[in-house]
This record gives sequence, C-alpha cells and structure tokens, in this order.
Amino acid sequence: MIAILAAVEEAPAGVRLLDALLLSGGFHATTVVLGTTLLGIAAGVVGTFGLLRRRALLADAAAHATLPGLAGAFLVMGWLGIEGRWSPGLLLGAGLAAALGVLAIRAIVRATRLGEDAAIGTVLSVFFGAGMVLLGVVARHPRGEAAGLEDSIFGAAATMLPGDVVLLAVVAGIAVLAAVLLLKELRLLCFDEEFGRVIGRPLGAVDAILLGLILLVVLAGLGSVGMLLVVGLLVIPPAAAGFWSDRIGRMVPIAALVGGASGWIGSAISASAPRLPTGPMIVLVAASILVASALLAPRRGVLATAATRISLRRRIAVDHLVEALSERDDRGWPLASIARERGWGGATAALVLRAARMEGLVAGPSTALRPTPRGLARGLAVRRNHRLWKAYLVRFAEVAPSHVDLTAERVEHLLAPEIVRELERSLGEEVASDGGRS
Amino acid sequence: MSEHPSSRLRDRPEHSPASPLSIHAMTVAYRRKPVLWDIDFDAPIGSLVAIVGPNGAGKSTLLKACVDLLPRASGTVEFWGRPYREQRRRVAYVPQRESVDWEFPITALEVACMGRYPSLGLLRRVGRADRAVAMACLERVGLAELAHRPIGRLSGGQQQRVFIARALAQEAELSLMDEPFAGVDAATARVIVELLASIRARGGTVLCVHHDLATVREHFDSVLLVNMRVVAAGPIAQAFTPANLERTFGGRLTLLDSAGQAIARAEGGLR
Repeated sequence: MIAILAAVEEAPAGVRLLDALLLSGGFHATTVVLGTTLLGIAAGVVGTFGLLRRRALLADAAAHATLPGLAGAFLVMGWLGIEGRWSPGLLLGAGLAAALGVLAIRAIVRATRLGEDAAIGTVLSVFFGAGMVLLGVVARHPRGEAAGLEDSIFGAAATMLPGDVVLLAVVAGIAVLAAVLLLKELRLLCFDEEFGRVIGRPLGAVDAILLGLILLVVLAGLGSVGMLLVVGLLVIPPAAAGFWSDRIGRMVPIAALVGGASGWIGSAISASAPRLPTGPMIVLVAASILVASALLAPRRGVLATAATRISLRRRIAVDHLVEALSERDDRGWPLASIARERGWGGATAALVLRAARMEGLVAGPSTALRPTPRGLARGLAVRRNHRLWKAYLVRFAEVAPSHVDLTAERVEHLLAPEIVRELERSLGEEVASDGGRS
Repeated sequence: MSEHPSSRLRDRPEHSPASPLSIHAMTVAYRRKPVLWDIDFDAPIGSLVAIVGPNGAGKSTLLKACVDLLPRASGTVEFWGRPYREQRRRVAYVPQRESVDWEFPITALEVACMGRYPSLGLLRRVGRADRAVAMACLERVGLAELAHRPIGRLSGGQQQRVFIARALAQEAELSLMDEPFAGVDAATARVIVELLASIRARGGTVLCVHHDLATVREHFDSVLLVNMRVVAAGPIAQAFTPANLERTFGGRLTLLDSAGQAIARAEGGLR
C-alpha cells in the first residue's frame, strides 16, 4: 500500500490513474481496464453461487491444476509443430487439467476415507508441483519460448489484446445469462440439494453447469490475474456482497458490481505507475471493498452491530433507572444512590440519566429524581416482565429459583410483546399483576 | 436401480396398490453396513402414521430410502403401486431442520416457493400464481407477516414452519416429515398438530418421524415402531403397546448390529 501512496503522490502518476479510470489512458491501458472489469463481473456472478455451494477451495485447486495442462499442451503442440503461446490449444490443455483435478478430488473423496479438504490440498499441490516440473522440461525445450507460460501463474494483464476483451465479454455474458436463467435452480442447489433431488430437479446437471462456469472464469482469469489469485476474485466480491444483502437474488448483482469495480480500479492503479502488478492490485482493491463492507454495511457490519449493542445496553440501563425509581416513593431520589445500587461509575450514571431525560422518562434535579408518568409506566412494565420470566423459568424450565435472577436480569428487557402475551397466557394473570408500586 | 418386472408388488397379495406407500423387503445400507433390515410396511390411506424408535434406529434413513435419496440394497418401494420417480408430484417431503444452513441468503417466501418448482420448467421463473400459493401456505402456518424476512432471522420454530409451508405448497396427497416437532416452541407444535388434522380431514396421508412417545397417542392414528427392523406396525390401539415399546427401545440389537458390522468389514466399507 505504501507503494501505491508513493505512486499517487507524484502528480503524473495521479493524472495517469485518473486517465486510466476514465478510460483515456491510451489504447493499451483501456484494453486492460475493460478486460479486467469484465472478468470481475463474471467472477462476482459465478463466485456468489460457488461460495454458497462451498466450492471456493475446489475452485482454487482447479486453478492450480491448470499449470500442468498449460505446460503439457505447450509440449504436445511443440511435438506437433504448432506455434504460439496463447493459442486455444493452451487453454484447452489448461481446462482439461483443471477438470482432471476436480475429478481426482471427487474420486478421492468417494473411494477413500479422506475428507474433502485433504483431497483438495493433495490434488492442488500435486498438480501444481507437476506443472512446475513440466515447466522445467519446457525450459530445456530447444524452441525455448516458454517464458510466457510462467505469466499465467501470476497473471500478466499487460499482454491483453482487444481480442481477449471480446472473449472476456463473452464469458461475462455467459455468466450473467446463466445466473438469470438458472437462478431458481442454482438457489435450490445451493440451499437444499436434498429437497431438490426429492422433487426430481436435474440438480446433477445444474451442479455440472456451475462447476463449468467456475472453470470458465478460472481459465478467463489466467491471463490477467493468474492462477494463484483468481480464486480471490471468485470469493472476495461475493463475500463483500453478503454484508449488503441476505437475499441471493440481490447478492449476485452486488457481487458483480464489486468484482467489476475491483477489476476497473485495480487495473487502473496498476496502469498508473510502473511495477504495480495488475492481478495483485485487483485482489487488493477487492479486499479493501470487503473490509469496508464488513465495517460499514448497515445491520450486518461491525459498526452497525456495535451500535446496536451499545443502544441495547443503554436501553437496559435506562430500564434499570426507571425500574429503580418505580420501586421507590415519589419524593425524589438522588442519582448517586441508584448508581451505587447498580454499580455504575459517575460517567455511566450521567450518560444513563441524559438518555432517560431525552426520552422524557425522568424529571427533577439529579439529587431528587422522580419518574414522569411515562417513566413510571415503563418501570412497572419492566418489573412485570421480570416477574413473568422468573415464574416461567421456575415453573416450566425447572430452573432453581436461586439461579433465576442471572438470566431474568437481561431477558426481561428483550421480551417482544407477543412473547409477553404468550407468557401471560401460560402463567395466568396472578403472576403478571401481583404487586404494583410499593 | 433397474426395475425388474418381477420386483413390482402388484402380484403380491399382502401389498395393496391403493396404499400411498408400500415397502417390501427393503434393506438399506450405509457404507455397506445394513442399518435397516427387511422392512415391510403398507401405509393406510388417509391416516397419520408416526414412525417411532430410538436414536440410530434408522427412522430418517427409512424415509430417505423411500424417496430415492439413499440407495436401497434390496427390496421394493411403491407409491400407489408405482415407483417413486413416477409419483413424485403426489408426495411432499419435509427434511430435518438441521439438514440445511439457515444462514443462507434467502427469504421465507422464496423457500416456500420451492414447493412449486415441480410444476415449473427448468428455465421458467416463479410466477405470480405460484407465489400466491406459496404465500397462502405461509399464511396457513402463521408466517404471512414474515414472508419477506431472511430465514436466518426466524426462530427455530418459525424455520420449521417454513419447511412445512414448502411441503404444503407441493399440494401432495402423501407427506413424509422428518421430525417436524423436534425442538419447536409450543406455538409451532400447535400449528403442526392443526395441520396434521386438516390434512387427514382432506383424505391426505402423513408419515412422520416422531420422537415424543408421550404425544403419539394424541396426534396419530397409526404407528410404525422401528429399530433397525419393523418391530410392530398398525393402529395405535394394537401396535403402540408397552410390550412392543419395550421390544423397540429395550437395548441395542447387538446381534443385528454386529452382523451389519461383519458385512461391512467383509465388503471393505468400514475399517
């Protein structure tokens, strides 16, 4: 990240970044930005289903397994006298090897007592190792033009041509089309495959299509982000999308957006300064979006959760204040005496009092607090819930009365109105109404 | 599994083709270890049947083997005299609640709509009519107001009701339910009991894996007592007797169990 900051600080680099982002950084930079954006969209869409189907590690293994395929195809084509490094022949070899790796994992899981993680780890490392060995063989090859093969390990977006962008557009189109047409079946496959099989859906075929789409994205990503990092593009955007929605139908477009933005911004940054590799840059941008999502997303984000927790604690503290006041007579009581009872420090007590005043629950100076009518009503309600819950625990859950207060102390503040009604029904009015203001 | 003409049950007088579910000589193995031996059973039409037995007795396995989720080592299962794959549309299935990830990003209504998938083509989307049916089913289980809530924010009992709504949306004549009462709140149990009664009132049949012996008599007409084999089956008054319960729950069937282990070891299924 320091490198980026340093690069952006120089005015020319900053201008170049802006140019690249706005697709005016020259023909070559524009090609790369468009290509990686399309790749990010495809990966976001496919990755959402892959992640929900728990296929992330399988995708990673498939990506690593492409290496022996690439090297093998290169050697075979050499023997056959076919020229060229990025021909469809190489991709075919890569695809075959990846498919073989997936089949090997399936076979290991089915035929042995090894778990899927062991199978994936084994296949991933064995295939990648075999690929590295084959690369060594390729390097000794008389034609010696094998350097390009190594690019597919880390990716080399700079080599992207307009034809590649067209191919990536086709891949993104296939991914989006499959998601739109098969959303219903993919949702069923990922959520409840067993039920799908019981009602006779062809989920075997749908699963194969999903695996095929994952392989397609892996192959499409070899050129720009490389086989080591393409899994990041498949996993991170959907993971970020999960913070913004808990409906799969919305997660898919959000993940596409995050993936596309990562490709766009990451490749633009990489184009704006020398020696900033594109693939890693894209993954880092995606990861930044993920971190931002995890922090900032409403309701599911860390900050939102913390805010909820704090407001709950504040509500409970205010409950305790009005409860304490409702138990006393109304000649006015000092905050300090209640704070001592509850074990609040001075600052906490002041915050609680301010919150209670803002809600209009207490009146009078802090040396002689009295509940307002609303505050009194709330205090009585809290006491009543407390009683109901204690009675419920003792009578139905067979909790010893001496242990009841531990849980009742918190639960009473969380009881939803319908649960309170249910408690009243099962316990009768006598518990609910006993005692009023004492 | 290939269907030999001779394996059809129509020539066997002890099984009736009118029965929603006939199981004949079914043995089911898990990793080559038989866990259900030689099951014979005919579900009486229009009745509520509880499948009762101790943990590990093979109750869920029995249901799954009937609907082709698990392979049968031997035996025949027919629904109204035909194999399951020809009768899917007449059978609804409620899996155990623990069988899925309830954090999955999906709403209650979307799950209920899955009950309508059998009538939809592969590429067809869920239409308004199907969504209306699913909504009505959610309403029957008292979840209409929570239809658009993600399932992860429902209580355990509400999640179970979503599964039952999905089965209702299948509009089937026979329902197979795997422990619908397990771990649910009182309100949900009430809803399920009412639904069972209304299904029977319409002439439907229910097979329900049930763990609570105390309520079998109250909620069901018939019982199938299972412990690796059928101990007893029939109307509550005849089959649900202390003697049969003692035979069902009284200790592990060490002989069957070790025979199963031996078979598995011989065939290399277990180590």
